[in-house]
Order: sequence, then structure tokens, then C-alpha cells
Amino acid sequence: MIDTEDHPLLRAQALTKWYGRQLGCRDISFDLYPGEVMAVVGESGSGKTTLLQLLSAQLAPTAGRVLYRMRDGIMRDLASMGEAERRFLFRTDWGYVHQEPTLGLRMAVSGGANVGERLMAVGWRHYGRIRGAAKDWFDRVEIASDRIDDPPATYSGGMRQRLQIARNLVTDPRLVFMDEPTGGLDVSVQARLLDLIRGLVGELRLAAIIVTHDLAVARMLSHRIIVMKDGAAVESGLTDQVLEDPREPYTQLLVSSILPA
Amino acid sequence: MYALDVINVRKSFTLHLQGGLHLPVVAGVSFAARPGECIALVGPSGCGKSSILKMIFGGYRCDGGRILIRDGDRIADIATASPRAIIGIRQRAMSYVSQFLRAVPRVAAIDVVAQALDHAAPEQARASAAFLLRRLNIPERLTTVPPATFSGGEQQRVNIARGFLPDRPVLLLDEPTASLDSENRDAVIDLIAEKKRRGVAVVAIIHDSKVRDAVADQVVDVASFAAA
Amino acid sequence: MNEAAYNFAYLDEQTKRMIRRAILKAIAVPGYQVPFASREMPMPYGWGTGGVQVTASVLGPDDILKVIDQGSDDTTNAVSIRKFFVKTAGVRTTTATADATVIQTRHRIPETALHEGQILVFQVPIPEPLRFLEPRETETRRMHALQEYGLMHVKLYEDISRHGEIATSYAYPVKVDGRYVMDPSPTPKFDNPKMNDCPALQLFGAGREKRIYAIPPYTQVVSLDFEDHPFVPYRFNGTCALCGATDSYLDEVITDDRGSRMFVCSDTDHCAMRRARGHELGPEPAR
Repeated sequence: MIDTEDHPLLRAQALTKWYGRQLGCRDISFDLYPGEVMAVVGESGSGKTTLLQLLSAQLAPTAGRVLYRMRDGIMRDLASMGEAERRFLFRTDWGYVHQEPTLGLRMAVSGGANVGERLMAVGWRHYGRIRGAAKDWFDRVEIASDRIDDPPATYSGGMRQRLQIARNLVTDPRLVFMDEPTGGLDVSVQARLLDLIRGLVGELRLAAIIVTHDLAVARMLSHRIIVMKDGAAVESGLTDQVLEDPREPYTQLLVSSILPA
Repeated sequence: MYALDVINVRKSFTLHLQGGLHLPVVAGVSFAARPGECIALVGPSGCGKSSILKMIFGGYRCDGGRILIRDGDRIADIATASPRAIIGIRQRAMSYVSQFLRAVPRVAAIDVVAQALDHAAPEQARASAAFLLRRLNIPERLTTVPPATFSGGEQQRVNIARGFLPDRPVLLLDEPTASLDSENRDAVIDLIAEKKRRGVAVVAIIHDSKVRDAVADQVVDVASFAAA
Repeated sequence: MNEAAYNFAYLDEQTKRMIRRAILKAIAVPGYQVPFASREMPMPYGWGTGGVQVTASVLGPDDILKVIDQGSDDTTNAVSIRKFFVKTAGVRTTTATADATVIQTRHRIPETALHEGQILVFQVPIPEPLRFLEPRETETRRMHALQEYGLMHVKLYEDISRHGEIATSYAYPVKVDGRYVMDPSPTPKFDNPKMNDCPALQLFGAGREKRIYAIPPYTQVVSLDFEDHPFVPYRFNGTCALCGATDSYLDEVITDDRGSRMFVCSDTDHCAMRRARGHELGPEPAR
């Protein structure tokens, strides 16, 4: 259920990024509301990853702004936040799921500690409770709890990705960024992961921005979609509408390129 | 007052991949449904019946006209509503049963149905889902299995259950009885009748004349809206 | 070699000023690692060059120096460093903790309580407590600056999950003055409580890593722990075979080829003083 009150959670205004003379993305604007999932689709070089990094304050825009509504209701320009504030936001209110789970995990530290780290970072000091919360999340992302003391270096790719998700969701974030969350996984593993993401996002009323080149992932997870090509937003709107009734030539090309099951 | 008012709607496709081929579908589509009324859309295959249903649901864009729907105490126009508004209207005011079940892998049939309701009361949702599936003669042992392996008729009944579970003022049905035997067809007729009694406005594509005669209060010939 | 060829305490005056500036900065921000231009010393890295540079910078002609290594005044390193300062600074030396004004130490804090006016200089190998979990210097600096210490507790969590308790037995991380998390150098956790509210000035020098940090006198130093696994000061299950002490840090000494062993105080001065005052426990073992 989407919270349809009138206040956007994240607002992008004319976001533009140039890398020297190379265009990352140009003039992207949208509002994202609590509980909404938006897919950003495009092929390699479309600028979708640049956009995700701009939105999550990992890159500074060349032009435009990103505004985020803090828990106290005030809309803040990410560029105006100090580094401490941004990092705090990243650890509590936001999640970021990398395509490559080793980038989003501490591989040499146990799975339980990976999940508990954010809690410890915000001041949890009771070992039993931290471990309990970690176990809880292991159940939710369907990792056997007897693996809780094993480091993710010993996990399969799918398990690592699920651990990454647990690690990000443990602090009850309101907005999750995902960069090709199922990229590089076997098809059956992908299906399981997508289902898990879908369930968690719905249950926790998360807002999410998911970058993917896979339209099936977009269709399954998102309410809204932005189609990117060469740094620009070619078409955007309701996911089922854009994918069923594509208007732009590029979108029609993308949709028709999917091999039927 | 109308629950759904379709006014002068038109739709065409431009196939850029076919060199910009322009395909008009419908024009001048107008009809209205009162609460408790069932409108049957009829016409030859390809004349635009499904397109009309999809435009009402917001799955297709429409090129002109208005699609007014009662949403609480407001009237919204699907044709021009923002994506976010459409999502909200769907959650509150519309339910849609497509022709084919798009089955999500790994989710049990009972959960496919139950998830049509908000996550707020999962146990209750599952209980209601189980009840509906029973009425549609889905054996209990199948309800805990993902529907991907079901027969066409079984899948369609899961789809129907999902569409009928929520209590929303507008119900859109695309060939609900197409792959069903007579026993299940009757079950669906009963379900539609119940919805009507509860004041739901139903717009349905129904080929089967028996079913149509049993539930439709108005028959709209979509062929009459053929675009020039 | 002519002693007069060395400047007082080996380092030139400008270098000493540079190090003193770093020390002052470290005292002003307790527990914060101050970078300094570590000089080449006549001993290899890993042999206490950081501690030696700090001692050289704070030593004056009237100081009385004590040097210990693992609690003992007469191990090789302690002897070498003491001789170094006798040669280059000509200061008086002592083994009595209470009489020293500057104490340089490797891996122990003396049992005898320190008093105001004393300086305790620690030799530090790796100053960064987060290093083993986060290899990037850029990242650990940020974490200290932003007080992001969750990772430190991750290490303790790992200990408990693997060993059932916080198994870190030395270099046990502490929080200084409620702000910076610090590595107290590889002293045993047994010694951690001594750092808290200590009347003496505690200075830490890491030569290879080029960092100096400090705990000013009477500063709060708290060992990190969990609510349900609190820091418990270590207590030995035994007494010193020489002086009978029940509350000092004990070393295990193998006395013959047949595996006979005994436990004696690691702090040789402390043990000798107790014996001088009449505490004894059986005859002295044959040396």
C-alpha cells in the first residue's frame, strides 16, 4: 500500500552530471513518495548508475538538486548536508544494495556481525539483543541461522546478496537504493531474491529506486519507471503503462527486445 | 450517480519499429456504469475491448477523452491523472482481472490472492482468500502451491479470486469465464451477482452469451467505436 | 665515539620542538592520533623508535629515567634503551618506579601507582585500533572524525561469538574522555584500569606509523564492552612465587628441562620492593 499523502520523500530537480566533457545524465526530475518503488532502466551507458549515485549523494551534481525529507518532515538539499550528516543518513534512513555483494559487505567478518554493525554504529550495546536482531533478519532473508557466525566469504552469491539486503534493512530505512540487485546471479537464485525483495518492500513500506537493465525485474518490483538512454530520461510513468503501451521509439525497441519466455 | 463514466475516449498506437505505422484502435468511446450495474463489452476480436479495459485501469494511456471514476468523495480522471494518483485510485477504487494470470514464481496460490489486499492484516486476508478459492473449486491442497504449474482454467480461477477479493467500487473483468467449465462459470456468475448487490460497478468482456445474459445490465458494442 | 658529538638526548632541538608540538596537540585532544615527522633512530622500526623519540623530546637534564620492557628493567631492550639515554643525555636512571620522573615502557604499566609529575611513555606498534577491520587510512580517519565506532564493537562482537567472551587480552580498545577510541598499545587488558584517572601524563609514540597520542592526567579512560558482557579486570589464579603478591600481573617462568614452572611478578621493581619489605614465599629458586 502506498502512502499517498502529499509529501514526496525524495525529489530530484533537473539533475545533471558531466564528467568533464562526457555526459553522465541530464536534466532528470521526479518525485518519489513513501512506499513507492521506482525502476530506472536502460542499457549500459544510459546514465542510470550515475543517476543512482547522484540520488544517494555519492556523487555531486554538476547542476540540479536532490532533496530528501528527513524524519522530522523537513526537506533538505543533500548538497547542503555536512559529511557527518550524510553518512549518518546512509547508515540509518537509507540502504544501498550493490550489484556486487562484496562491495556492500565485510567479507572477513561473520554474517551476524555484518547485520549487527549498523545497530552497533547507532549505539546498540547489548550483545544478546544485537545477535537476536541479526538472527531475526537471517530468518527474514532466508539464510539458515546456523550460518550466522560464518563470514560471507563462505556464502554463495545468492546468500551474500540476501545478507547485503539484511544488513541494509536492519535499521529500518525509509529509502533503499539498489543497483542491479540480481545481476550476476543464476536465474533460479534471481527469482528467489526478487520475490524476497518484493515481499520485504511491500511489508516494510519501503521506498526504493532500483537500477536495472532487466525489464522483468522492473515489472515485478516497481510501480513507476524511468527509461534512460544516453543520459536522458526518454520516457517515464507507471511501470505497467510504459511497458504495455510504450510511446517512445526507444522504449518500444527495449520492450520488443525481450525474448518471450 | 455514476461510479464510472467513460467520455469520448480515443486510442491509437504508433509503431516506431514499423516505420512509424499508425494504428487507430477506438474513438468516441462513451459509456457509464452506475453502482451495482454490469456493462458487457462485446465486439469482434481486435476491436479494442481489452484496450478499453486497460485504459480504464490505467494500463494503457489514452489519447483523448476522459475516464471519470468516483474515488471516495472526489471524482478523478484516469486519462490525465499522474502515475502516483493512478496507483492510489487502483488501491482504493478499482480491481482488474486480466485474461491471463501473471504468476510470480514461488508464491503460493493462496498468497497470490491474499496479496491483493493490503499487507495490513495478513491472516485475515489469507482466510478470505481461502474462502474464495474454495468457492471457485480450487482444491485445498493446491492453494499452498505456486500456480505456475496449474492448468489454464485453474490459473484463471486464481486470477479471478485475486480480482474479487478486495472490496472496491469498480471491477474490470477481461474474459473471466473463457477457460472455465460450466460449474465454475456458474460460480463466477454468482460472484459477479454478489458484487453487483454490493454496489460494485462491473465492466466486463464476456464472449459467452449465457454468462452475459445472466449478469449484464447494459451491452456496449465496441465495434461501434471503431476509429476511422 | 665521543659523547659530545650527540645533541642532548640524540635529537636536534628543532626536531624536539616538532615532537613537543605534536605532544601538546595530542594532550589537547586526548586519544587523537597526531601525525608527526618520525625521525630515523639508531635502532630499527619495531624496537621502540616512537617511544624513544617521545622520551628524547620530554627529557631534561634533571630527569630520572626508568625503562622497562614487559615489566622488567633488565631485559635486552630495556637495557639498550636505558644505555642509549645515559650515553646521549647523561641522565640519572633508576629501577624504582616511585623515584622515576620519566618511565618508558613496552607492553606493561607498572604495578606501583604513579603520581603527579611523572610521565609514562608507551611504545606503540600499530596506533590505529580499527586497522585490522578497516585497512584504509582514509576511512579510519573519517571514522574517528565522525565518531563512527560501530566497527570497534563489531570486533568485540566477533570475539564473543567465537569464544563466548571478549577474548581480546591485550591492546584492548578504550574510549578516552568520552570521545576518541584508542589503542592502549599491546599492554595486557589487566593494565587498562590503571590508565583511568591516572595522576601521571601518559604519552604514546609509534615510530614506524608516525603517530603520537596522549592521555592527560586525570582523564576518563573506559574499556569498550557490551552491557551483557561488561569489561572485567583480569585476575590471576595464583600468587607470585617470590613475593606472594596476589594482585600483580604474573609471568610464567620455566625453571628446568623437565617443565617445572613458576609464576612471578612481571614488574620486577614491584616484586623486589615487596620482598625488601618482608613479603616472601619460600626460598628463591636456583638461577
